[in-house]
Amino acid sequence: MAAEPLLSVRNLKTYFAQDEGLVKAVDGVSFDVAPGSTMAIVGESGCGKSVTARSILRIVDRPGRIVEGEILFRRGEAATDLATLDANGAEMRAIRGAEIALIFQEPMSSFSPVHSVGNQIDEAILLHQAVSRRGARDKTIEMLRRVGVPSPEERVDQLSNQLSGGLRQRAMIAMALSCQPTLLIADEPTTALDVTTQTQILELMRQLQKEDGMAIMLITHDLGVVAEMATDVAVMYLGRVVEQAPVDAIFHDPKHPYTRALLRSIPRIRSRTRERLTPIAGSVPHPFDRPHGCSFHPRCTDFIAGRCDASAPELGPAGPGHAVSCFLYE
Amino acid sequence: MLAYVGRRALLAVFTVWAISVLSFAIIQLPPGDYVTSYIAQMASTGSVVSEEEAQQLRIQYGLGQPYYVQYLKWMNLVVRGEFGMSMEWRRPVTEVIGDRLWLTMVVSLAALVLTWVLALPIGIYSAVRQYSPGDYAATFVGFIGLAVPNFLLALVLLYFGFVFLNAHVGGLFSPEMQDAEWSGARVWDLMKHLPMPALILGLAGTAQQIRIMRANLLDELRKPYVVTARSKGLTELRLILKYPVRVALNPFASTIGYTLPYIVSGSIIVSLVLGLPTVGPLLLKALIAQDMFLAGTIVLLLGLMTVIGTLISDILLVWIDPRIRLEET
Amino acid sequence: MAVLAPPTTPAHEPAPLALPEQRIFVASQWQLMWWRFRKHRLAMVSSVIVIGFYLVVLGADFLAYADPDRSEAQRSLMPPQRVYFFDGWRFAPYVHGFKGARDPNTFKRVYVADPTQKVPVRFFAEGFEYRFLGLIPTTRHLIGVDRGRDASTTIFLLGTDLQGRDLWSRLMYGTRISLTIGLLGVTMSLVLGVVLGGLSGFYGGITDTIIQRTIEILRSIPTIPLWMGLAAALPREWTILQVYFAITIIISLLGWTELARVVRGRFLAMREEDFVVSARLVGCSQLRTIFVHMVPSFMSHIIAATTLALPAMIISETALSFLGLGLRPPAISWGVLLQQAQNVQTVAISPWLMLPAVPVIIAVMAFNFLGDGLRDAADPYGR
Ligand SMILES: Nc1ncnc2c1ncn2[C@@H]1O[C@H](COP(=O)(O)OP(=O)(O)OP(=O)(O)O)[C@@H](O)[C@H]1O
Ligand SMILES: [Mg+2]
Repeated sequence: MAAEPLLSVRNLKTYFAQDEGLVKAVDGVSFDVAPGSTMAIVGESGCGKSVTARSILRIVDRPGRIVEGEILFRRGEAATDLATLDANGAEMRAIRGAEIALIFQEPMSSFSPVHSVGNQIDEAILLHQAVSRRGARDKTIEMLRRVGVPSPEERVDQLSNQLSGGLRQRAMIAMALSCQPTLLIADEPTTALDVTTQTQILELMRQLQKEDGMAIMLITHDLGVVAEMATDVAVMYLGRVVEQAPVDAIFHDPKHPYTRALLRSIPRIRSRTRERLTPIAGSVPHPFDRPHGCSFHPRCTDFIAGRCDASAPELGPAGPGHAVSCFLYE
Repeated sequence: MLAYVGRRALLAVFTVWAISVLSFAIIQLPPGDYVTSYIAQMASTGSVVSEEEAQQLRIQYGLGQPYYVQYLKWMNLVVRGEFGMSMEWRRPVTEVIGDRLWLTMVVSLAALVLTWVLALPIGIYSAVRQYSPGDYAATFVGFIGLAVPNFLLALVLLYFGFVFLNAHVGGLFSPEMQDAEWSGARVWDLMKHLPMPALILGLAGTAQQIRIMRANLLDELRKPYVVTARSKGLTELRLILKYPVRVALNPFASTIGYTLPYIVSGSIIVSLVLGLPTVGPLLLKALIAQDMFLAGTIVLLLGLMTVIGTLISDILLVWIDPRIRLEET
Repeated sequence: MAVLAPPTTPAHEPAPLALPEQRIFVASQWQLMWWRFRKHRLAMVSSVIVIGFYLVVLGADFLAYADPDRSEAQRSLMPPQRVYFFDGWRFAPYVHGFKGARDPNTFKRVYVADPTQKVPVRFFAEGFEYRFLGLIPTTRHLIGVDRGRDASTTIFLLGTDLQGRDLWSRLMYGTRISLTIGLLGVTMSLVLGVVLGGLSGFYGGITDTIIQRTIEILRSIPTIPLWMGLAAALPREWTILQVYFAITIIISLLGWTELARVVRGRFLAMREEDFVVSARLVGCSQLRTIFVHMVPSFMSHIIAATTLALPAMIISETALSFLGLGLRPPAISWGVLLQQAQNVQTVAISPWLMLPAVPVIIAVMAFNFLGDGLRDAADPYGR
C-alpha cells in the first residue's frame, strides 16, 4: 500500500452482548484506506460491514462495544486512535461530520421528517465551521447546487418527503461533503435507488472525489459498482477481512477461496464459455455459533482437515498490496 | 393548514351542539317540568308564584310544545346568558356557579400542564436510558398511576394527611382565604394549594403519556435519521432533543385533545373527595336534589370550556407539526 | 450490473435452523399466540389473578361466612380480628373473642380482645343457607365459627362497617357484582364497537367519516358529568336489577369508541391483505368474507382490546356508585362499599373501610397486564 494510509484499522473487534449470547459482529477486522483512494468493502449480508463503518465513527448502537483493536486516523502529520477516544467527547464529535462523513442506504428515512432539508445541512456547517447563519445557508444552497439539485433556493426549505429518492440521496451527499471531509464512508449509497439514478449518484461521487480529493470507503454488495469505482477492495466474511487487494488483483487474481466463490457467483459479461453460475454452498452460520478455526471452512472447497478447523489464519501478504488470510498461502 | 384548523373548528361546533343536546336531555329526563317544580319549590317556602308569572315562564320555556321547540327556546335563552334559576338555591344558576367553573378549569389546566411537565422529561429519560433503574421506577409509577383510580388516590392521600400530619390536605384555599375577595394574596394561596389536586388529577394521564412518549421515542431512536444526525457530530443531548423527541412529540401532542376531557371528568370526583370548590360537588348536589337547570348548565358550560381548550391544543399541534402546516395549503 | 447472490441453501444440505422454523410454520395462529403470551411473565401472573377473581364471582356465597345484609348495631365498626394459626404446635386456627363497650367519654364503641377466650375457626362450617353455583342448596361455607355459644364468638376477618355488617362477606358479594357489571358492560361495548367499527372499516367512505366524527365528538366530551346526569335521572323506585342493567348500559356507552377504533383499524389493514383479496377473487360473498375470513383472524386483537377496556368499566362503576349515583344499597359493589369511606374522619378511625379499594386496584392492574400480554401476543409488531 502506498505511503501513509489515511485510515488504518487494525484487529478491530466490536461485540454486541445480548441476552441470547455474544454477537461478534466485527471480529478482528484489519484494512487500510489510502488518501484520495476508494476502498470498497464487500461481503455477504450480515458480515459486519455496517458495524465496521459505525465503529470507525464511534456510533455503534448499544449494546455494541469496541472491545479491541485500533482505528488509526491520520490528521495532518499525526494519527489519532479513534478507538480510544470518548465516543461522545468533544474530540470525536469534532472529527465526526467534519473529517469523516457518512452517507447511507435509506435516503427515505435518513432525513428527519419534520425538519427542512436545509436546516439539517446548515446544522453540520454551523457545527464545524465559523460561519454565520446566513453564511451557512448560502453554503448549503451552494452545496445543493454542486450535487445537482435543481432550484436549490426552493428545495432548501422543503421537507425531505417532498424530494424524490434520488434528490434525497444527492442532498445527503451535500450534507456529508458540506465540511470537506477527508474520508467519506458510503454505506450502500445506491442500494435503494433505481439503476439509472444509481449510475448518476456514483458518477456524482466520483466527480466530487476528483474535485475535493477525499478518500471514499464504499460499502456495497454490488461487484459491478466495485469494478467501476474502487481502487482497492477488502472482502469480509463473518466479521473478518479475508482478503484485501487492489481492485485489479481481486478481479484477476483472487486468492481466498471465499473471494473466488464470490466472483464465480456473479455473471461475467466477457466470459466466452457458457459458464454456470455457482452459488456458494451452505449458508452463513448463525452469529451465535461461529465455526471454530477459519470461519469459512465449513463452506470452503479447499478445506484442509485438521488445519482449517483447528486455528484461524492471520491476514498475511500475498503480493504487492495484496493480503489474504488463508492457510493455502502461508 | 387553514383547512386543518377549519376542520377542527367545525368538529368543535358539532361537539358543542352534541353537548347542548345531551345537557338538554339531562334537564328533561326527570319527571315533571321546570315550572311545576318551581311553583312547588316556592310553595314549600311559603311564597306563591302568581298564575301570570307561571304562564310567563311556561311560554318562555315553551312547555307543552314539542321537544325541539323547547330545546330551541332553551338555547335561545342560553345564548343570551340566561341559564334559569336553581331550585335548590333559589338564585340564578350563573350566580350559584360563580367562580366554581373557573376554578374547575384552573385545576384541570394545572393538571394538564403538570402532566406535560412530568411526562415529557420522564418519557424521554425512560426511552434514552431504557432498562435503567430510573426507567424501571418510571414504569412502576406509571402502573400505579394507571391502576389507582384518582378518587381513590385522593382518598388515600387525604387519609395519610389526616393521620400523619393531622391536617386536612384537601381544598384550594386556606380557611381564612375561603371566602375572601380576590386579591394577590388569594391567588398566591390558590397557587400553593394547587399542586396536590393537580398531581392527583394528572397522575393517570401522566402515566399514560410517559408510556406513549417512551414507546414513540424508542421507535424513533432506531431510525436512520438519528444515525445521520449523530454522524454530524452533534452532542447526544442536542441531537435527541432536536430530532427524535421532536418527531415523537407529534403523536404525543395529538393525545392532548383527549387528555383535557379526561382530566375535567376526573376533577368532578376528585373535587368531591378533596372538597375542592369546583363545580364537582355542586353538580352532585344538584343531581341528587334534581335541580336540573343547575346540573344541565354545569354540564353544558363544562363541555363548552373543554371543547375550547381542546381546540386551542389542536391549533398548537399545527404549530408543532410542520407536516400538518404543509398539508393542503 | 452484477449483484452478489443472496446466500442460498441447497435442499440436500440441512441448515441448522431449519427444524425450529418448520415447527413454527405449522403452528396454528392460536398456538403461536400462546407461545408468545407465555413469555410475558406479568401477563401470566395476571391471568391467574383474573381467574381467581372470577372464581370468587362464582363462589362468593361459599367464601362469605356471614349474611352480607345482616346488620347489628352492637358490632358497628369492629376492627379486623387477627387469626392465630397455631395453638401451641398444633395447626388449629382461632381468633380471640371480642367485647364491645361504649366509651363513657366519647360515646364511641370500643372493642377489646379477650386473650383468654379462643374462638376456633372451622373449615366447611355451617352458616346461612344459599345455593352453591345457584344450584345446590347448602349451608356450608369455607370457614366459620361455631355459632350460638355467646355473643362474643364471632369472626370478622376484615372488620365490620357502620351497620355492623361483615366486610369480608360483603366484599365477596361486591366482587360478584362489580366484575359481572364490568363483563356485561364490556360485552355491550364490544357489540357496539364491532358493529360500528366494522361498518366503518369495511365500507369506508361516508359511513366511515360519520362514525369517525361521532367517535371524535364523544371522545372530546367530559364523560363523567354526563354519565352522572344520566345515572341521576334513573327513577328512584327502580329495583336493584333494573338499576344494575341501566348502569351497565351507561358505562358501556363509554367503552365502545376505543374498541370501534381497534376493529376499524384491523378491517382497514386487512381489506388489502392477500387472503381477503383472494377470498374475494374466488367469489366469496361479502358476509362470508367478513365472518369466515376476516373476523377469526382478528379475534385475538378483539380479545386483547376487550381486556384492556375492562378496567375502565370497573373504575366507572366504582366511581358512580361511590358518588351514590350508581348502584344503591342494598345492592353491594366495590363502589357501594367504598361509599362508607368517603368521610376522612370515619376512615381515620376505621381505616379498614378503605380495604375495598385493594381489589379494585388489583383487578385494574391484572386486566391491564393481561390485556398488554394478549395484545403483544396477538400482534408482536403493533402497539
Ligand atoms: N444493534 C445491534 N444489536 C445486535 N446485533 C447487531 C446490531 N447491529 C448489528 N448486529 C449484528 O451484527 C452483524 C453484522 O451486521 P451489519 O449490519 O454490520 O451487517 P452488514 O454487513 O452491514 O449487512 P448488510 O449487507 O445486510 O447491510 C449481524 O449479525 C447483526 O445481527
Ligand atoms: Mg449494512
